[in-house]
Amino acid sequence: MNLPKLFKTSTFRLSLIYLSVFGASVLLLLGFIYWSTARLTTSQTDETIAAEITGLAEQYRRSGLVGLADVVRERSRNQRQSLYLLTDGNRFVIAGNLNAWPEAETQPGGWLEFPYRRPIGGRVETHPARARHLIVPGEFQLLVGRDIHGQSEVIEFIRTSLAWALALTLALGLAGGILMSRNLLRRVEVINRTSREIMAGELDQRIPVRGANDELDQLALNLNEMLDQIERLVNSLREVTDNIAHDLRSPLNRLRSRLEVTLMGEGSAEQFREALEATISEADDLLATFNALLNIAKAEAGQLEISPETIDLGPFIDDLAELYEPAAAEKGLGLSAAVHGKIGFAGDRQLLSQALANLIDNAIKYSETGGAVVIRADRSGDAVEISVTDSGPGIPENDRERVTQRFVRLEASRNSTGSGLGLSLVRAIAHLHDGVLCLEDARPGLRASLRLPSRNARE
Amino acid sequence: MNAAMRILVIEDDLEAAGYMRRGLSESGHVVDHAADGEEGYALAAEGGYDVLVVDRMLPKMDGLSVVNRLRAEGINEPILFLSALGDVDDRVKGLKAGGDDYLVKPYAFAELLARIEALVRRRNPEQVETQLSVADLEMDLLSRRVRRGGVELTLQPREFRLLEYLMRHAGQTVTRTMLLENVWDYHFDPQTNVIDVHISRLRAKIDKDFDRQLLHTVRGAGYCLREPS
Repeated sequence: MNLPKLFKTSTFRLSLIYLSVFGASVLLLLGFIYWSTARLTTSQTDETIAAEITGLAEQYRRSGLVGLADVVRERSRNQRQSLYLLTDGNRFVIAGNLNAWPEAETQPGGWLEFPYRRPIGGRVETHPARARHLIVPGEFQLLVGRDIHGQSEVIEFIRTSLAWALALTLALGLAGGILMSRNLLRRVEVINRTSREIMAGELDQRIPVRGANDELDQLALNLNEMLDQIERLVNSLREVTDNIAHDLRSPLNRLRSRLEVTLMGEGSAEQFREALEATISEADDLLATFNALLNIAKAEAGQLEISPETIDLGPFIDDLAELYEPAAAEKGLGLSAAVHGKIGFAGDRQLLSQALANLIDNAIKYSETGGAVVIRADRSGDAVEISVTDSGPGIPENDRERVTQRFVRLEASRNSTGSGLGLSLVRAIAHLHDGVLCLEDARPGLRASLRLPSRNARE
Repeated sequence: MNAAMRILVIEDDLEAAGYMRRGLSESGHVVDHAADGEEGYALAAEGGYDVLVVDRMLPKMDGLSVVNRLRAEGINEPILFLSALGDVDDRVKGLKAGGDDYLVKPYAFAELLARIEALVRRRNPEQVETQLSVADLEMDLLSRRVRRGGVELTLQPREFRLLEYLMRHAGQTVTRTMLLENVWDYHFDPQTNVIDVHISRLRAKIDKDFDRQLLHTVRGAGYCLREPS
């Protein structure tokens, strides 16, 4: 994995931003600690020096210059950290443990810091010192100070520690950022690679899921689900195309042959008219088949929008029964509707009418004279069931699943009209309403029912 | 049958528009054609048409917008939408935009002609009529009684509505789809001709015992209730 690519990842950029904020906070905190420590040590030094000066001033008041010089001499011998220097107006050393007046700029009454040479054991070290410059009457000059080597070392130690802490924070943050980005980048890379493979035509590829159920897994799961849905749609579309190729070709061919043969003979105007009328009716059938196919495909792909309204199943079924009753009567069939109680249902009235009309149409088509067609609506458990029962030959159990596929017509119905799309559309409409189409043996006859979930049911 | 109508066809498929113009001219109507939405809007805004036939998908300005604008400007000619979009909600959208009827492609020319003529007829609504009559067939909408030649006929409620629709469109061809939509309120294509059986039942009641037939089948189109010539 190359670094420039890594630096461009959003995770890395986020870690950098986080790191700068965190680094600034660390710097601020440590800076404050450093500053307080330095101030504390300096003020301790200054207080000690002030106490010394008070003591020396007391001595001077009591015994004059000679007494002061004695005390300075005395203290110079004992006090290892305290520094004293008493000189005359020409800075000639009278007493003290400093060899000479420091070279730093001084003002009477002011503070000064300076290096001085301090003998330790056999060696001489240069130590920092802090002192106050005082004037003793008679142009004598007094320097009272402290060796601040220890304090300086502490402060220096703190300063170094702070620098290291900051550096470590930054280094760890950076490393963490890179590590996190790399991990994320690697997983995103997997998603990208899968996408490219799918785009290259491997439609069955899916993004691996790690099982951690984190947000990337969620993304992968959603993408996979989306891919499944797309694959289903593509397959459904492919199926429609295949259907059209297989099942529209023969009627088109028939239509073409009719026109061709009509043109061959010396037909009369009447014959031509008849041929044209037959052609129009065949074209109508073709268009109807085509529309039905499109509707089924749209319904199966969930693209057919349903406009749900509350349907009172009683009148809904009575109306359809009333529409089909004369057609049934003409064939010598009894047609009746029965709804038990008042059942309300939210669905698309036009689509459900069409589904039920297809079922009633089939029932009439396949029933023999003297038979009966019964339309019922029932509430069964947690579903609403609308069924059409006929007294026809029924459908052998093995074929029941098959007849709902497009263009499937059983051998027994070869001689009747129909496109073989009716039940496919009914099934698709049932699915649109989250329901199913059930085909059962009515002994004798067929019982076709729409079972629709009653979360749509209305009292 | 009807007086010549001035019809504006707004349709970008020139060949389809050509057939439509020829068919409508042969039926005795005067047809103007616009090939895009802007031209169609300009022509329609000038007025003087009895009916507009508007395709949903048009270049420059789509059919819905054309009709929306015309309606906003108070142009009230009846409008028939043509569309390759056949979903129920498309139909509803078309009618909401101000269309009066909606026909999905592919359509039969007879269907188009019948619907256009029905629309123009609807323009001049029979005020609030309580009586309809065609030849010696009379319908009283208040008492819901039907008589032919003074003889009272007994009709089922649906038969009454079917006859009422036919009588309101007397002299015009009405298609099976128009009947299914207007009498039953179903907007789908039933596979068998259920309507034919209803018509033959009605015919048995209003025509069977009389010499002159009123309810005629128009081949390849539908039905027509008219006075015998």
